[in-house]
Amino acid sequence: MNAIDWDLVRSSLGPLFEGLVRGTLPLTAVTFALGLALALLVALMRLSGNWLVSAPARFYVSVIRGTPLLLQLFIVFFGLPALGLTLDPWPSAIIALSLNVGAYASEAVRGAILAVPRGQWEAAMTVGMGRVTTLRRVVLPQAARIAVPPLSNTLISLVKDTSLVSTILVTELLRRAQEIAAPSFAFFTLYGVAAVYYWVVCLVLSFGQTRLETKLSRHVAV
Amino acid sequence: MSAPLLEARGLVKSFGDNRVLRGIDVAVPAGSVTCLIGPSGSGKTTVLRSLNGLETPETGTVRVGDVELDWSTRPDARAVARLRGQSGMVFQAHNLFPHLSVLDNVTSGPVFAQGRPKAEAQEEARALLERVGLADKADSFPVQLSGGQQQRVGIARALATRPEVVLFDEPTSALDPELVGEVLQVMQSLAAEGWTMVVVTHEMRFARQVADQVLFLDGGVVVEQGPPSEVLVEPREARTRQFLQRLLDPL
Repeated sequence: MNAIDWDLVRSSLGPLFEGLVRGTLPLTAVTFALGLALALLVALMRLSGNWLVSAPARFYVSVIRGTPLLLQLFIVFFGLPALGLTLDPWPSAIIALSLNVGAYASEAVRGAILAVPRGQWEAAMTVGMGRVTTLRRVVLPQAARIAVPPLSNTLISLVKDTSLVSTILVTELLRRAQEIAAPSFAFFTLYGVAAVYYWVVCLVLSFGQTRLETKLSRHVAV
Repeated sequence: MSAPLLEARGLVKSFGDNRVLRGIDVAVPAGSVTCLIGPSGSGKTTVLRSLNGLETPETGTVRVGDVELDWSTRPDARAVARLRGQSGMVFQAHNLFPHLSVLDNVTSGPVFAQGRPKAEAQEEARALLERVGLADKADSFPVQLSGGQQQRVGIARALATRPEVVLFDEPTSALDPELVGEVLQVMQSLAAEGWTMVVVTHEMRFARQVADQVLFLDGGVVVEQGPPSEVLVEPREARTRQFLQRLLDPL
Protein backbone atom coordinates (compact mmCIF):
# COMPACT_ATOMS: atom_id res chain seq x y z
CA MET A 1 0.00 0.00 0.00
CA ASN A 2 1.28 3.44 -0.87
CA ALA A 3 1.92 5.73 2.10
CA ILE A 4 0.65 8.68 0.09
CA ASP A 5 -2.70 8.61 -1.66
CA TRP A 6 -2.20 11.21 -4.41
CA ASP A 7 -5.87 11.29 -5.39
CA LEU A 8 -6.71 12.10 -1.82
CA VAL A 9 -4.00 14.79 -1.80
CA ARG A 10 -5.62 16.41 -4.84
CA SER A 11 -9.14 16.21 -3.50
CA SER A 12 -8.14 17.48 -0.05
CA LEU A 13 -6.15 20.51 -1.25
CA GLY A 14 -9.30 22.59 -1.58
CA PRO A 15 -10.94 21.77 1.77
CA LEU A 16 -7.65 22.16 3.64
CA PHE A 17 -7.03 25.50 1.91
CA GLU A 18 -10.44 26.55 3.14
CA GLY A 19 -9.42 25.54 6.67
CA LEU A 20 -6.31 27.67 6.24
CA VAL A 21 -7.93 30.85 4.92
CA ARG A 22 -11.12 30.65 7.00
CA GLY A 23 -9.57 29.35 10.20
CA THR A 24 -5.83 29.52 10.66
CA LEU A 25 -5.05 32.80 8.90
CA PRO A 26 -7.84 35.00 10.32
CA LEU A 27 -7.24 33.56 13.78
CA THR A 28 -3.53 34.37 13.45
CA ALA A 29 -4.17 37.89 12.17
CA VAL A 30 -6.75 38.80 14.80
CA THR A 31 -4.85 37.37 17.75
CA PHE A 32 -1.54 38.87 16.62
CA ALA A 33 -3.12 42.33 16.29
CA LEU A 34 -4.81 42.07 19.69
CA GLY A 35 -1.67 40.52 21.20
CA LEU A 36 0.51 43.35 19.92
CA ALA A 37 -1.76 46.03 21.36
CA LEU A 38 -1.76 44.17 24.66
CA ALA A 39 2.03 43.74 24.46
CA LEU A 40 2.60 47.48 24.05
CA LEU A 41 0.38 48.23 27.03
CA VAL A 42 2.07 45.58 29.19
CA ALA A 43 5.57 46.66 28.13
CA LEU A 44 4.83 50.27 29.07
CA MET A 45 3.34 49.12 32.39
CA ARG A 46 6.46 47.09 33.16
CA LEU A 47 8.66 50.09 32.37
CA SER A 48 6.69 52.30 34.75
CA GLY A 49 8.49 53.47 37.84
CA ASN A 50 5.29 52.92 39.81
CA TRP A 51 5.28 49.51 41.50
CA LEU A 52 1.48 49.34 41.50
CA VAL A 53 1.54 49.61 37.72
CA SER A 54 4.51 47.35 36.94
CA ALA A 55 3.68 44.52 39.35
CA PRO A 56 0.41 43.38 37.67
CA ALA A 57 2.17 43.39 34.29
CA ARG A 58 5.03 41.33 35.71
CA PHE A 59 2.55 38.86 37.24
CA TYR A 60 0.63 38.48 33.97
CA VAL A 61 3.79 37.75 31.95
CA SER A 62 4.99 35.30 34.58
CA VAL A 63 1.73 33.32 34.67
CA ILE A 64 1.28 33.16 30.89
CA ARG A 65 4.87 32.17 30.20
CA GLY A 66 4.85 29.72 33.07
CA THR A 67 1.86 27.63 31.93
CA PRO A 68 1.17 25.62 28.74
CA LEU A 69 -0.82 27.31 25.99
CA LEU A 70 -3.00 24.20 25.70
CA LEU A 71 -3.89 24.52 29.37
CA GLN A 72 -4.72 28.21 28.90
CA LEU A 73 -7.08 27.26 26.06
CA PHE A 74 -8.75 24.60 28.19
CA ILE A 75 -9.19 26.98 31.12
CA VAL A 76 -10.93 29.55 28.91
CA PHE A 77 -13.12 27.06 27.04
CA PHE A 78 -13.77 24.27 29.54
CA GLY A 79 -12.96 26.04 32.82
CA LEU A 80 -14.71 29.40 32.67
CA PRO A 81 -18.20 27.86 32.40
CA ALA A 82 -17.68 26.78 36.03
CA LEU A 83 -17.60 30.51 36.85
CA GLY A 84 -20.77 31.02 34.85
CA LEU A 85 -18.97 32.29 31.74
CA THR A 86 -19.57 30.09 28.71
CA LEU A 87 -17.86 31.12 25.50
CA ASP A 88 -18.09 29.71 21.98
CA PRO A 89 -14.99 28.08 20.50
CA TRP A 90 -13.93 31.06 18.39
CA PRO A 91 -14.10 33.72 21.14
CA SER A 92 -12.35 31.28 23.49
CA ALA A 93 -9.59 30.71 20.97
CA ILE A 94 -9.12 34.44 20.31
CA ILE A 95 -9.00 35.30 24.02
CA ALA A 96 -6.54 32.56 24.97
CA LEU A 97 -4.21 33.07 22.02
CA SER A 98 -4.21 36.88 22.34
CA LEU A 99 -3.37 36.68 26.02
CA ASN A 100 -0.57 34.25 25.21
CA VAL A 101 0.90 36.31 22.37
CA GLY A 102 0.58 39.48 24.46
CA ALA A 103 2.84 38.09 27.17
CA TYR A 104 5.61 36.90 24.84
CA ALA A 105 5.46 39.94 22.57
CA SER A 106 5.54 42.33 25.54
CA GLU A 107 9.04 41.15 26.37
CA ALA A 108 10.17 41.82 22.79
CA VAL A 109 8.58 45.29 22.87
CA ARG A 110 10.03 46.09 26.29
CA GLY A 111 13.51 45.05 25.17
CA ALA A 112 13.21 47.15 22.02
CA ILE A 113 12.13 50.25 23.96
CA LEU A 114 15.05 49.81 26.36
CA ALA A 115 17.43 49.43 23.40
CA VAL A 116 16.70 52.96 22.13
CA PRO A 117 19.61 55.06 23.43
CA ARG A 118 19.03 57.34 26.41
CA GLY A 119 20.30 60.29 24.38
CA GLN A 120 17.20 60.04 22.20
CA TRP A 121 14.96 60.58 25.24
CA GLU A 122 17.13 63.50 26.36
CA ALA A 123 17.16 65.14 22.93
CA ALA A 124 13.37 64.83 22.68
CA MET A 125 12.96 66.33 26.15
CA THR A 126 15.25 69.28 25.36
CA VAL A 127 13.13 70.24 22.34
CA GLY A 128 10.11 70.24 24.64
CA MET A 129 8.48 66.84 24.20
CA GLY A 130 6.82 65.14 27.16
CA ARG A 131 6.93 61.41 27.87
CA VAL A 132 3.99 60.44 25.67
CA THR A 133 5.10 62.54 22.68
CA THR A 134 8.65 61.24 23.04
CA LEU A 135 7.40 57.65 23.01
CA ARG A 136 5.17 58.20 20.02
CA ARG A 137 7.43 60.36 17.86
CA VAL A 138 10.94 59.27 18.81
CA VAL A 139 11.20 56.03 20.78
CA LEU A 140 8.52 53.72 19.35
CA PRO A 141 9.44 54.33 15.68
CA GLN A 142 12.99 53.28 16.52
CA ALA A 143 11.89 50.45 18.81
CA ALA A 144 9.73 49.06 15.99
CA ARG A 145 12.82 48.32 13.92
CA ILE A 146 14.56 46.62 16.83
CA ALA A 147 11.46 44.57 17.65
CA VAL A 148 10.92 43.12 14.17
CA PRO A 149 13.11 39.98 14.51
CA PRO A 150 11.75 38.85 17.91
CA LEU A 151 8.15 39.71 16.94
CA SER A 152 8.54 37.77 13.71
CA ASN A 153 9.51 34.78 15.83
CA THR A 154 6.36 35.27 17.88
CA LEU A 155 4.18 35.54 14.77
CA ILE A 156 5.64 32.42 13.16
CA SER A 157 5.16 30.47 16.39
CA LEU A 158 1.60 31.77 16.56
CA VAL A 159 0.73 30.43 13.08
CA LYS A 160 1.57 26.94 14.30
CA ASP A 161 0.16 27.40 17.80
CA THR A 162 -3.27 28.11 16.31
CA SER A 163 -3.40 24.37 15.54
CA LEU A 164 -3.99 23.80 19.25
CA VAL A 165 -7.46 25.32 18.97
CA SER A 166 -8.50 22.22 16.99
CA THR A 167 -8.88 20.68 20.46
CA ILE A 168 -11.68 23.10 21.33
CA LEU A 169 -13.63 22.47 18.12
CA VAL A 170 -12.51 25.47 16.08
CA THR A 171 -12.40 24.45 12.44
CA GLU A 172 -8.98 25.46 11.17
CA LEU A 173 -6.33 23.75 9.07
CA LEU A 174 -5.40 20.90 11.41
CA ARG A 175 -8.98 20.11 12.38
CA ARG A 176 -10.03 19.98 8.71
CA ALA A 177 -7.19 17.52 8.11
CA GLN A 178 -8.35 15.37 11.04
CA GLU A 179 -11.94 15.42 9.82
CA ILE A 180 -11.04 14.39 6.28
CA ALA A 181 -8.52 11.75 7.40
CA ALA A 182 -10.70 10.07 10.00
CA PRO A 183 -13.03 7.99 7.73
CA SER A 184 -10.18 6.64 5.57
CA PHE A 185 -7.41 6.56 8.19
CA ALA A 186 -5.22 8.44 5.63
CA PHE A 187 -3.55 10.38 8.38
CA PHE A 188 -0.10 10.45 6.79
CA THR A 189 -1.44 11.99 3.59
CA LEU A 190 -3.68 14.59 5.18
CA TYR A 191 -1.25 15.64 7.92
CA GLY A 192 1.45 15.82 5.26
CA VAL A 193 -0.60 18.24 3.18
CA ALA A 194 -1.42 20.30 6.28
CA ALA A 195 2.28 20.43 7.19
CA VAL A 196 3.14 21.78 3.73
CA TYR A 197 0.48 24.48 4.08
CA TYR A 198 1.87 25.61 7.47
CA TRP A 199 5.38 25.60 6.10
CA VAL A 200 4.47 27.70 3.05
CA VAL A 201 2.74 30.28 5.25
CA CYS A 202 5.83 30.54 7.45
CA LEU A 203 8.10 30.84 4.40
CA VAL A 204 6.03 33.77 3.18
CA LEU A 205 6.18 35.39 6.62
CA SER A 206 9.98 34.94 6.80
CA PHE A 207 10.26 36.61 3.42
CA GLY A 208 8.08 39.48 4.66
CA GLN A 209 10.28 39.81 7.73
CA THR A 210 13.39 40.25 5.61
CA ARG A 211 11.67 42.88 3.48
CA LEU A 212 10.44 44.77 6.53
CA GLU A 213 13.88 44.71 8.19
CA THR A 214 15.46 46.12 5.05
CA LYS A 215 12.84 48.83 4.82
CA LEU A 216 13.14 49.89 8.45
CA SER A 217 16.94 49.85 8.43
CA ARG A 218 17.41 52.22 5.52
CA HIS A 219 18.23 55.23 7.70
CA VAL A 220 20.43 53.38 10.15
CA ALA A 221 24.20 53.22 10.04
CA VAL A 222 25.44 49.66 9.61
CA MET B 1 23.39 96.48 35.46
CA SER B 2 20.23 94.50 34.74
CA ALA B 3 19.72 91.03 36.17
CA PRO B 4 21.47 88.24 34.25
CA LEU B 5 19.30 86.21 31.85
CA LEU B 6 20.42 82.97 33.44
CA GLU B 7 21.35 82.55 37.06
CA ALA B 8 22.18 79.46 39.08
CA ARG B 9 22.95 79.61 42.79
CA GLY B 10 24.34 77.07 45.21
CA LEU B 11 24.00 73.97 43.01
CA VAL B 12 24.83 70.82 44.98
CA LYS B 13 24.67 67.34 43.47
CA SER B 14 25.99 63.90 44.38
CA PHE B 15 26.14 60.65 42.47
CA GLY B 16 26.07 58.16 45.34
CA ASP B 17 28.90 59.12 47.70
CA ASN B 18 30.58 61.20 45.03
CA ARG B 19 29.78 64.88 45.52
CA VAL B 20 30.18 66.28 41.99
CA LEU B 21 28.81 69.80 42.58
CA ARG B 22 29.73 71.53 45.84
CA GLY B 23 27.86 74.82 45.58
CA ILE B 24 28.11 76.27 42.10
CA ASP B 25 27.05 79.81 41.16
CA VAL B 26 26.72 80.85 37.53
CA ALA B 27 25.40 84.15 36.15
CA VAL B 28 25.01 84.63 32.41
CA PRO B 29 24.05 88.08 31.06
CA ALA B 30 21.74 88.19 28.02
CA GLY B 31 23.58 88.01 24.73
CA SER B 32 26.82 86.76 26.26
CA VAL B 33 28.87 83.59 25.86
CA THR B 34 29.99 81.67 28.93
CA CYS B 35 32.49 78.84 28.60
CA LEU B 36 32.79 76.16 31.29
CA ILE B 37 36.21 74.55 31.28
CA GLY B 38 37.95 72.09 33.55
CA PRO B 39 39.34 68.57 33.77
CA SER B 40 37.06 65.57 33.27
CA GLY B 41 35.11 64.88 36.44
CA SER B 42 35.24 68.54 37.42
CA GLY B 43 31.44 68.77 37.21
CA LYS B 44 31.18 71.10 34.21
CA THR B 45 28.82 68.88 32.22
CA THR B 46 26.72 68.24 35.34
CA VAL B 47 26.40 72.01 35.84
CA LEU B 48 25.26 72.43 32.25
CA ARG B 49 22.73 69.59 32.54
CA SER B 50 21.42 71.08 35.78
CA LEU B 51 20.53 74.29 33.94
CA ASN B 52 17.80 72.44 31.98
CA GLY B 53 16.94 69.71 34.45
CA LEU B 54 18.56 66.76 32.67
CA GLU B 55 20.29 66.39 36.03
CA THR B 56 18.46 67.11 39.25
CA PRO B 57 20.63 68.83 41.85
CA GLU B 58 19.75 68.22 45.51
CA THR B 59 19.76 71.92 46.36
CA GLY B 60 20.26 75.23 44.64
CA THR B 61 18.19 77.40 42.35
CA VAL B 62 18.18 77.91 38.61
CA ARG B 63 16.49 80.82 36.89
CA VAL B 64 16.30 81.34 33.14
CA GLY B 65 14.41 84.44 32.08
CA ASP B 66 11.27 84.52 34.23
CA VAL B 67 11.20 80.80 35.06
CA GLU B 68 12.80 79.89 38.35
CA LEU B 69 13.24 76.52 40.02
CA ASP B 70 14.30 75.74 43.57
CA TRP B 71 15.72 72.22 43.44
CA SER B 72 15.42 71.72 47.19
CA THR B 73 11.60 71.74 46.85
CA ARG B 74 11.80 68.64 44.60
CA PRO B 75 9.95 70.24 41.69
CA ASP B 76 7.58 68.00 39.71
CA ALA B 77 8.07 67.02 36.08
CA ARG B 78 5.88 69.86 34.84
CA ALA B 79 7.95 72.53 36.62
CA VAL B 80 11.18 71.02 35.29
CA ALA B 81 9.69 70.94 31.78
CA ARG B 82 8.87 74.64 32.08
CA LEU B 83 12.49 75.44 32.94
CA ARG B 84 13.72 73.15 30.17
CA GLY B 85 11.53 74.99 27.66
CA GLN B 86 13.65 78.10 28.21
CA SER B 87 16.77 76.57 26.69
CA GLY B 88 17.92 74.53 23.72
CA MET B 89 20.69 71.95 23.91
CA VAL B 90 23.42 70.68 21.62
CA PHE B 91 24.86 67.32 22.66
CA GLN B 92 28.34 65.89 22.35
CA ALA B 93 26.94 62.90 20.42
CA HIS B 94 24.44 65.11 18.48
CA ASN B 95 21.54 62.72 19.36
CA LEU B 96 19.71 63.49 16.13
CA PHE B 97 16.59 61.40 15.51
CA PRO B 98 17.83 58.81 12.97
CA HIS B 99 14.37 57.96 11.61
CA LEU B 100 13.54 61.57 10.70
CA SER B 101 14.87 63.68 7.83
CA VAL B 102 17.09 66.67 8.61
CA LEU B 103 14.12 69.00 8.12
CA ASP B 104 11.88 66.89 10.39
CA ASN B 105 14.62 66.83 13.03
CA VAL B 106 14.68 70.62 13.05
CA THR B 107 10.88 70.96 13.14
CA SER B 108 10.44 68.21 15.76
CA GLY B 109 10.38 70.67 18.66
CA PRO B 110 8.14 73.33 17.07
CA VAL B 111 5.68 70.80 15.58
CA PHE B 112 5.59 67.84 18.00
CA ALA B 113 6.15 69.76 21.24
CA GLN B 114 5.05 73.35 20.69
CA GLY B 115 2.18 72.55 18.33
CA ARG B 116 3.12 75.22 15.84
CA PRO B 117 1.75 74.95 12.26
CA LYS B 118 3.90 72.62 10.20
CA ALA B 119 4.25 74.90 7.16
CA GLU B 120 5.41 77.81 9.27
CA ALA B 121 7.84 75.62 11.24
CA GLN B 122 9.28 74.19 8.04
CA GLU B 123 9.84 77.62 6.59
CA GLU B 124 11.66 78.67 9.73
CA ALA B 125 13.63 75.39 9.78
CA ARG B 126 14.82 75.94 6.22
CA ALA B 127 16.05 79.38 7.21
CA LEU B 128 17.89 77.86 10.18
CA LEU B 129 19.45 75.19 7.95
CA GLU B 130 20.56 77.94 5.61
CA ARG B 131 21.97 79.69 8.65
CA VAL B 132 24.18 76.67 9.52
CA GLY B 133 25.13 76.13 5.88
CA LEU B 134 23.01 73.05 5.23
CA ALA B 135 20.13 74.35 3.11
CA ASP B 136 20.72 71.57 0.56
CA LYS B 137 20.52 68.78 3.19
CA ALA B 138 16.92 69.31 4.32
CA ASP B 139 15.73 66.02 2.82
CA SER B 140 18.78 63.96 3.83
CA PHE B 141 18.80 61.64 6.82
CA PRO B 142 21.30 62.04 9.67
CA VAL B 143 23.20 58.87 8.71
CA GLN B 144 24.04 60.43 5.33
CA LEU B 145 25.83 63.42 6.89
CA SER B 146 29.36 63.93 8.19
CA GLY B 147 29.90 64.43 11.91
CA GLY B 148 30.29 68.17 11.48
CA GLN B 149 27.11 68.40 9.44
CA GLN B 150 25.22 66.32 11.99
CA GLN B 151 26.33 68.65 14.75
CA ARG B 152 25.24 71.70 12.75
CA VAL B 153 21.79 70.11 12.29
CA GLY B 154 21.82 69.61 16.06
CA ILE B 155 22.43 73.34 16.47
CA ALA B 156 19.58 74.19 14.09
CA ARG B 157 17.28 71.82 16.00
CA ALA B 158 18.22 73.49 19.29
CA LEU B 159 17.52 76.98 17.87
CA ALA B 160 14.19 75.98 16.31
CA THR B 161 12.29 76.13 19.60
CA ARG B 162 13.34 79.79 19.94
CA PRO B 163 15.09 79.30 23.29
CA GLU B 164 16.33 82.06 25.56
CA VAL B 165 19.66 80.27 26.06
CA VAL B 166 21.51 77.62 24.06
CA LEU B 167 23.49 75.05 26.03
CA PHE B 168 26.39 73.25 24.32
CA ASP B 169 27.80 70.08 25.88
CA GLU B 170 31.27 69.54 24.40
CA PRO B 171 29.87 70.00 20.87
CA THR B 172 33.16 69.25 19.11
CA SER B 173 34.69 66.58 21.36
CA ALA B 174 33.35 63.65 19.33
CA LEU B 175 34.39 65.10 15.96
CA ASP B 176 37.36 64.37 13.75
CA PRO B 177 39.80 67.28 14.09
CA GLU B 178 39.24 68.58 10.56
CA LEU B 179 35.48 68.89 11.22
CA VAL B 180 35.78 70.90 14.43
CA GLY B 181 36.24 74.22 12.63
CA GLU B 182 32.93 74.25 10.75
CA VAL B 183 31.00 73.73 14.00
CA LEU B 184 32.96 76.36 15.95
CA GLN B 185 32.46 78.85 13.11
CA VAL B 186 28.69 78.42 13.30
CA MET B 187 28.83 78.88 17.08
CA GLN B 188 30.98 81.97 16.71
CA SER B 189 28.51 83.54 14.27
CA LEU B 190 25.62 82.75 16.63
CA ALA B 191 27.49 84.55 19.38
CA ALA B 192 27.98 87.52 17.09
CA GLU B 193 24.23 87.54 16.39
CA GLY B 194 23.59 87.94 20.08
CA TRP B 195 22.49 84.44 21.15
CA THR B 196 23.04 83.73 24.82
CA MET B 197 25.23 80.64 25.05
CA VAL B 198 26.70 78.41 27.74
CA VAL B 199 29.39 76.15 26.33
CA VAL B 200 31.22 73.25 27.96
CA THR B 201 34.36 72.90 25.88
CA HIS B 202 38.01 71.95 25.65
CA GLU B 203 38.54 74.32 22.72
CA MET B 204 40.64 77.00 24.41
CA ARG B 205 41.07 79.04 21.26
CA PHE B 206 37.28 79.25 20.88
CA ALA B 207 36.98 80.29 24.53
CA ARG B 208 39.69 82.93 24.06
CA GLN B 209 38.09 84.44 20.98
CA VAL B 210 34.37 84.10 21.63
CA ALA B 211 33.66 83.86 25.36
CA ASP B 212 32.69 86.87 27.43
CA GLN B 213 33.45 84.95 30.58
CA VAL B 214 35.19 81.71 31.42
CA LEU B 215 34.51 79.56 34.48
CA PHE B 216 37.22 77.11 35.46
CA LEU B 217 35.77 74.22 37.47
CA ASP B 218 37.63 71.59 39.43
CA GLY B 219 36.37 69.17 42.06
CA GLY B 220 32.82 70.48 41.88
CA VAL B 221 33.61 74.13 42.62
CA VAL B 222 34.27 77.20 40.46
CA VAL B 223 37.97 77.73 41.06
CA GLU B 224 38.28 80.87 39.01
CA GLN B 225 36.14 82.99 36.74
CA GLY B 226 36.42 86.12 34.66
CA PRO B 227 37.02 87.29 31.13
CA PRO B 228 39.14 84.92 29.03
CA SER B 229 41.94 87.46 28.90
CA GLU B 230 42.36 86.93 32.63
CA VAL B 231 41.41 83.30 33.30
CA LEU B 232 43.06 81.84 30.22
CA VAL B 233 46.00 84.21 29.87
CA GLU B 234 46.93 85.28 33.38
CA PRO B 235 45.24 82.81 35.72
CA ARG B 236 45.52 83.64 39.43
CA GLU B 237 44.99 80.11 40.70
CA ALA B 238 47.66 77.43 40.59
CA ARG B 239 45.09 74.78 39.62
CA THR B 240 43.98 76.81 36.60
CA ARG B 241 47.60 77.29 35.50
CA GLN B 242 48.24 73.57 35.90
CA PHE B 243 45.17 72.65 33.82
CA LEU B 244 46.03 75.07 31.01
CA GLN B 245 49.63 73.89 31.04
CA ARG B 246 48.49 70.28 30.57
CA LEU B 247 46.30 71.26 27.61
CA LEU B 248 49.16 73.17 26.01
CA ASP B 249 51.69 70.44 26.55
CA PRO B 250 50.02 67.04 27.06
CA LEU B 251 53.38 65.22 27.18
